[in-house]
Amino acid sequence: MKALSQKRRHPLAAIALLLMGLLLTGGLYAVATTVNEAKASSTTYSANDVEEGGKLFAANCATCHGMGASGTQDGPSLVGVGAAAVDFQVGTGRMPMQMNGPQALEKPVQFNDEQTQQLAAYVASLGAGPAIPDESLLDEGGNAAVGGELFRTNCAMCHNAAAAGGALTRGKFAPGLEDTSGKHIYEAMVTGPQNMPVFSDSNITPEGKRDIITFLKQIETTGSPGGAALGSLGPVAEGLFVWVAGLGVIIAFTIWLTSRTS
Amino acid sequence: MSAASTAEPAFVAKTKTGRFTDFVDSRVGGSGILREFGRKVFPDHWSFMFGEVALYSFVILLLSGTFLTFFFDPSMAETHYEGSYVPLKGVEMSVAYSSSLNISFDIRGGLFMRQVHHWAALLFVAAIAVHMLRVFFTGAFRRPREMNWVVGGVLLILAMAAGFTGYSLPDDLLSGNGLRIIDGVIKSIPVVGTYISFFLFGGEFPGTAIIGRLYVLHILLVPALILLMIVLHLFMVVIHKHTQYPGPGRNDNNVVGYPLGPVYAAKAGGFFFIVFGVLALMAGFFTINPIWNYGPYDPSPVSAGTQPDWYIGFVDGALRLMPGTLGDWQVEQVWFGYVFSFNVLLPALVPAGILFTVMFAYPWIERWITKDDREHHVLDRPRNAPTRTAIGMAGFVWYCVMWAAAGSDLIATHFGVSLNDVTYWLRALFIVGPFIAFIVTKRVALALQRKDREIALHGRETGRIVRLPHGEFIEVHAPLDEYKRYKLVGFESPEVLPAVPNEHGIVTRKEKRRAMLSKWFFEDRVAPATPAELEAAHGHGHGHEAVEAPEAARSLSH
Repeated sequence: MKALSQKRRHPLAAIALLLMGLLLTGGLYAVATTVNEAKASSTTYSANDVEEGGKLFAANCATCHGMGASGTQDGPSLVGVGAAAVDFQVGTGRMPMQMNGPQALEKPVQFNDEQTQQLAAYVASLGAGPAIPDESLLDEGGNAAVGGELFRTNCAMCHNAAAAGGALTRGKFAPGLEDTSGKHIYEAMVTGPQNMPVFSDSNITPEGKRDIITFLKQIETTGSPGGAALGSLGPVAEGLFVWVAGLGVIIAFTIWLTSRTS
Repeated sequence: MSAASTAEPAFVAKTKTGRFTDFVDSRVGGSGILREFGRKVFPDHWSFMFGEVALYSFVILLLSGTFLTFFFDPSMAETHYEGSYVPLKGVEMSVAYSSSLNISFDIRGGLFMRQVHHWAALLFVAAIAVHMLRVFFTGAFRRPREMNWVVGGVLLILAMAAGFTGYSLPDDLLSGNGLRIIDGVIKSIPVVGTYISFFLFGGEFPGTAIIGRLYVLHILLVPALILLMIVLHLFMVVIHKHTQYPGPGRNDNNVVGYPLGPVYAAKAGGFFFIVFGVLALMAGFFTINPIWNYGPYDPSPVSAGTQPDWYIGFVDGALRLMPGTLGDWQVEQVWFGYVFSFNVLLPALVPAGILFTVMFAYPWIERWITKDDREHHVLDRPRNAPTRTAIGMAGFVWYCVMWAAAGSDLIATHFGVSLNDVTYWLRALFIVGPFIAFIVTKRVALALQRKDREIALHGRETGRIVRLPHGEFIEVHAPLDEYKRYKLVGFESPEVLPAVPNEHGIVTRKEKRRAMLSKWFFEDRVAPATPAELEAAHGHGHGHEAVEAPEAARSLSH
């Protein structure tokens, strides 16, 4: 302490202080911004993965996304989208995209797991972005009730309270979430594919995302306690059913009852 | 009577049951009532049974609803769910929602009863709607049944009210969203809207009073009114007697059918259990209103796919179709510093208002145009009243467009089309759909009438081609037997009634309008074949009789 107080009038003290201040604010800013970046690339990929991924990318993706994934008129730049985005888009078959449309549609997956991982490694190597989530967040061991509340507040307005999906404007839609893996649900939340907003970790914590996945898997495994769910689409499906099936059967009976008439 | 009783000894039944029955009968006159009612004749036709379906659904609603009241608690007090449905465990909610969940998961048979109740409610309104369509398209609303038509219309509105108040009771997210829309509609009423809303909800929406208030309406006032209207409705059916479809031996002075006792009573009684059985099967195998999916009501979240039950759907659809701006003109206006939300007020009240006004007034409108004040107990086949049928179809299509709009989001996702395009198309159909429906229906009805006339005059085409000795080919037409022919020619076909001067010798403007409408109704009428025409057609002098005679014999032997 004494040495410090003696040197406080040193000619370079002001510069040192300025430097320290800059380092502190810069450091704090860096910490604050990476909070939103969901554990940038915690998994490490081998150099081989990156190289193979680069080749796959050049052959299958570069037409639209450009060489080096820097983007063209037909497709956005993928620098900084992270491994999670690749794993979601390629892992659900949305990419490579079949055709232009309101949004990329799910279709049979085009790459195997290894190739998908290599592509993810390549894109992750281009810039820091959300990584593929850790297994511990996908174990469905969260609190389903909390997850349900988070889901209703943040997701149900597009995906429907029973996760059956819903319409958006101009041909876009939020898909139903049954049979979607926990990993893909998590990745969708952190990367915001298609028209979905990003739910960053400061928006919904990783723990909250785990709860949401737990809730979705819970209602999927619980099934429908009241019998056939009619698509979980609400009163429209119910109305259609009562008019077509209910009233149809009743009319069949009325015809039967009056068939032997005078 | 006392003289008679002293003259001959009082009747004493031989058995105990007989004495007991006689005791009751001599005090309430049961046998007289039974004799009167038992001989009441009801014509048999499948389309006459929808009113019964509605009645039986209502009975089932009362039974299942009573069960539900044992366990439902209409309180909006806050609680934490502690029942057995895991995804909601510990979630903060109202007591009403919690008790609805308990009915669903923790009370034996509760979910089944809830589903019976809800399916029965949907069927109740659907049966009323189909019943009214049948009554309209067959002209059963004509004198003397105009009042009963109105009572039926009131029943429809009451059924919708019963449905809506019940839909809101579980206090789940879906029903809360529905209630919020109603609140918005009420608040859009200029000047008094906000006051009415605060009065209804006991303060700002949602408050803590609404569920209790709706519950009282749902289990007390509305069912009592429905019951009263049903009594009036059936009372008038007994007074008026039932209508019948046209046919040989049926006219406005008789009713051809089975007496209530024993055949019809047995059929009707059995039919109640059929309706109950169908509803029980639906409730057992198909989910309705899975409230556990929706979560507790909270004014902030709104789920995708939020719709009302089907009978309120057309109002919701009209709201969805209404544009917020017309060109550059904002539909929502600020006048004198007050907001006038016509974008909500117009779609919510105007289409429903037009539909119900025309529906209630229609018997009087047609009576005025046709000047037909006679009693009608024989129904019209819809084709034989082309303009009425066309008007009905125009209204029906208009309703269906709004109805479809309530599911516009599901149409978009399930048919892979743009939600915006669905809305644009339905907006266009909202305007032109009724006109197209009117024209198409009227043309179809007239074409069917012409076809009937052809068949009545020339018989049915047998598809048998015969070559005559001189080389001519003819298709053999089999003449109809007279019972079938009666159906094709025995109907009333009103003619255009031109304007006539009143007692002062003046043709009033109102009378001119009436004459114009009469012309619009009947100018292109297809008259039924007259006996003279039939006679002429039969001897059409082509010398086919020899060929057609065996066909006629064959058709008679059927």
